[in-house]
Amino acid sequence: MGNGFKKLMRTQLVIPLFSLFLIIVFNLIRDVGFFSISIVTNNQGNPVLSGNLISILNGASAVAIMSIGMTFITSSCKGQDISVAAVAAIAGSVFVSVLRSYEITVPVIIYAFLLSCLISVVFSMFNGILVAVFKIQPMIATLILFSAGRSIAYWINGGATPTVSSPLLSAIGGFIPGIPVPTPIIIMIIFLVLISLVLRFTTLGLYTQVVGINEGTAHLNGINPVWVKLLAFVISGVCVATAGCITVCRIGLINHETLLLDAEMDVILAVAIGGTALSGGKFNLYGSVIGAYIIQALTVTLFAMKVPSAAVKAYKAAVIIIIVIFSSPVVKEFVVNLYKKMFKSRVKTPVKAS
Amino acid sequence: MQNNIVLSMRNISKSFPGVRALQNVDFTLRKGEIHALMGENGAGKSTLIKVLTGVHPKDSGQIFLEINGGLKEVNVRSPHEAQNLGISTVYQEITLCPNLTVAENMFIGRGNYRTVNWRSMKKKAAEILEKLNIPARAAQQLGTCSIAVQQMVAIARAVDMDCKVLILDEPTSSLDEQEVEKLLSLMRELKSRGVGIIFITHFLDQMYGISDRVTVLRNGELAGEYEVKDLPRVQLISKMMGKDLEDVSSLKKKSLPDEKADSPPVYEAVGLSSTNCPNEFDFKISKGEVNGFTGLLGSGRSESVRAIFAADKITGGRIKINGKSVKIKKPKDAMMHGIGYLPEDRKKDGIVEDLSVRENIILALQVMKGFFRPLSRAEAESFADEYIKLLGIKTASMDTPIKSLSGGNQQKAILARWLLTNPQYLILDEPTRGIDVGTKVEIQKLILRLAGEGVSVTFISSEIEEMLRTCSRLVVMRDRRMVGELRDEEMTQGNIMHMIAGEAEKNG
Repeated sequence: MGNGFKKLMRTQLVIPLFSLFLIIVFNLIRDVGFFSISIVTNNQGNPVLSGNLISILNGASAVAIMSIGMTFITSSCKGQDISVAAVAAIAGSVFVSVLRSYEITVPVIIYAFLLSCLISVVFSMFNGILVAVFKIQPMIATLILFSAGRSIAYWINGGATPTVSSPLLSAIGGFIPGIPVPTPIIIMIIFLVLISLVLRFTTLGLYTQVVGINEGTAHLNGINPVWVKLLAFVISGVCVATAGCITVCRIGLINHETLLLDAEMDVILAVAIGGTALSGGKFNLYGSVIGAYIIQALTVTLFAMKVPSAAVKAYKAAVIIIIVIFSSPVVKEFVVNLYKKMFKSRVKTPVKAS
Repeated sequence: MQNNIVLSMRNISKSFPGVRALQNVDFTLRKGEIHALMGENGAGKSTLIKVLTGVHPKDSGQIFLEINGGLKEVNVRSPHEAQNLGISTVYQEITLCPNLTVAENMFIGRGNYRTVNWRSMKKKAAEILEKLNIPARAAQQLGTCSIAVQQMVAIARAVDMDCKVLILDEPTSSLDEQEVEKLLSLMRELKSRGVGIIFITHFLDQMYGISDRVTVLRNGELAGEYEVKDLPRVQLISKMMGKDLEDVSSLKKKSLPDEKADSPPVYEAVGLSSTNCPNEFDFKISKGEVNGFTGLLGSGRSESVRAIFAADKITGGRIKINGKSVKIKKPKDAMMHGIGYLPEDRKKDGIVEDLSVRENIILALQVMKGFFRPLSRAEAESFADEYIKLLGIKTASMDTPIKSLSGGNQQKAILARWLLTNPQYLILDEPTRGIDVGTKVEIQKLILRLAGEGVSVTFISSEIEEMLRTCSRLVVMRDRRMVGELRDEEMTQGNIMHMIAGEAEKNG
């Protein structure tokens, strides 16, 4: 049993799952009905699911999708891309400008999405080349688009904040008639399934981690580290474009100033909470996604507690500090030792409760 | 009589989960003696040192230290405390700051922090350097000194902190012969000042050259304490291994296979050069041959084999595999043509430390299979299991991170990685460095067995005897050029030395 516990402590999923569990328990104690889901009729007359749980899952989807790409970048490049939100604004602007120049039909939406993916991948590759080929520190390399990205989006939009509206778009950002689950949740699940398949049927996971842990070894075993890093940026580019487009569909307009503002920090935080070391190496994709939900759950909880929106960030920070400290190796070791003491020497006086 | 004993450890025991690392070990160090601590990897040398310096708490036993003329029992709880008691350690890897000056490195982290008198610090450092005859200036940046001098500065720092016991853990493993000589003379100097030195090394020559006494450990137990002059080498090795050396001497190498006109060499390079190995060279190896590259550190032997594997950027040359012209521009090309390469620096280029033993073993095969054809978990497990058994890799499980294995077992795992790819030509650059005698012999045997099965092997080792035992042909290198080749009977220590030194001796 001791072994099972140790194994559990070693897996990277412990902390994110435990934090999620704590937030859920906290909410249940505070308000038993917090997670109740009800069926309501939305303004288009369709029965849809509603409740805090749904809004957590729904609200986190953009950050969760971006955290998938960020996980690959973090693992292989030993650093983070801080320009994801700005690139998402560019992708969203491209999406909107295509939609506005045609009549909105399904093929046009697909075309607009693919084009925004392409643009986003190009920008992401720009970061990737700086990082992988020129070996610039990721944070410095991506600082360029972090500051310039929203200006580029401003030019694409011609300085305005154009709106788009169509039942098709609200189906993507909200609900598809007949399906009571918000579409972003479905898209998120599709993404997760896709990426799981990629990990299952390619060696992407192994290559990424080998490059992140020891580039010298990767090179001498026939892996091209540059290629692996660029691939991470390509994946991230697609994730970022998807997140941008979902957000545009949800709010029906593109505002280059505010679209997914500060989301990059949430994304990086999601990866960190998820158990992937920000210094690269072993990664945990599902942990990152759970991390995104933890952050959103926190936000929703705080709003439900009527915390003023300006104060939410401070509360969030406080909770996150606790999570991060608990996931530090120092605390982990302490817990393992404590456990050993408690179960190996039952005869001795029990450990003092602190 | 406990005259001039500075340190006495009695009945020291220490276990880690699942392992008894030390069992009732005694160790005695006298004033002004150099006391070697010998044993295979995992014999308990480092654990003993770590118990002494307070890194690990001991389970039982006593440590006595000479304090003010009498032996007193001490309880060392941290390395810092050990230092205050006068026990200093210089580790294999230098733990100083290369970007600070020599003087700063000698005094950093000592005394009170409030004020630093740079001038007096520099002066004092210069005095110590001169006293110990260390060729460095106090104001020089440490990083610009050679590794040997850096090591000496580390020792000077330790010695200046009033140490009675100086522990040198493999101080010579990254030094060349001249540097080793300098370090050894520094050790003699300290000895004459009355410092008790514990010397851990894998090099028998150095151990015999300088030590007064030796304590041998085996499997966490004391195998004995001896006066060095009373212990012949063969006996020392059999004490360390716990068996007679017949195994070692029974190694039989193949003689050079007859060169047949109809079978082209497995690998042949003409005019090969790389960014790291700018001098073009020709090289070939035939099926089932074991050849070696020898030369001093920096003579270009590693750079040459790296060029063969295309580990550095290739700048020229034509390559034939089994007589057919091929292009080898990157490591993957070499791998696809059946070449395997075990790099010199296991930590930097060999292991992927956080990944499991299983993932480390299958890595090369996986890369050769390609991005879209991952090995299934079951396949990977059966491969890993097979080779863990075949090479006797000691690991808790195949899912254990490779970094928690001992050096010898890590090396075996990397060997397994290449054996799994079923190579026709295997390059092993220093596969036996820093691992215990038992594993060294196992690796040498493995090389000969592979050769018997028709695999060509290039074997590099800084221990010439090892190469003499296994190779049938030696390429000698000096100053980044191949200066000659020795075969079968020509291969003697003397001939090799002469050739490395550059003295013509054609009558070999």
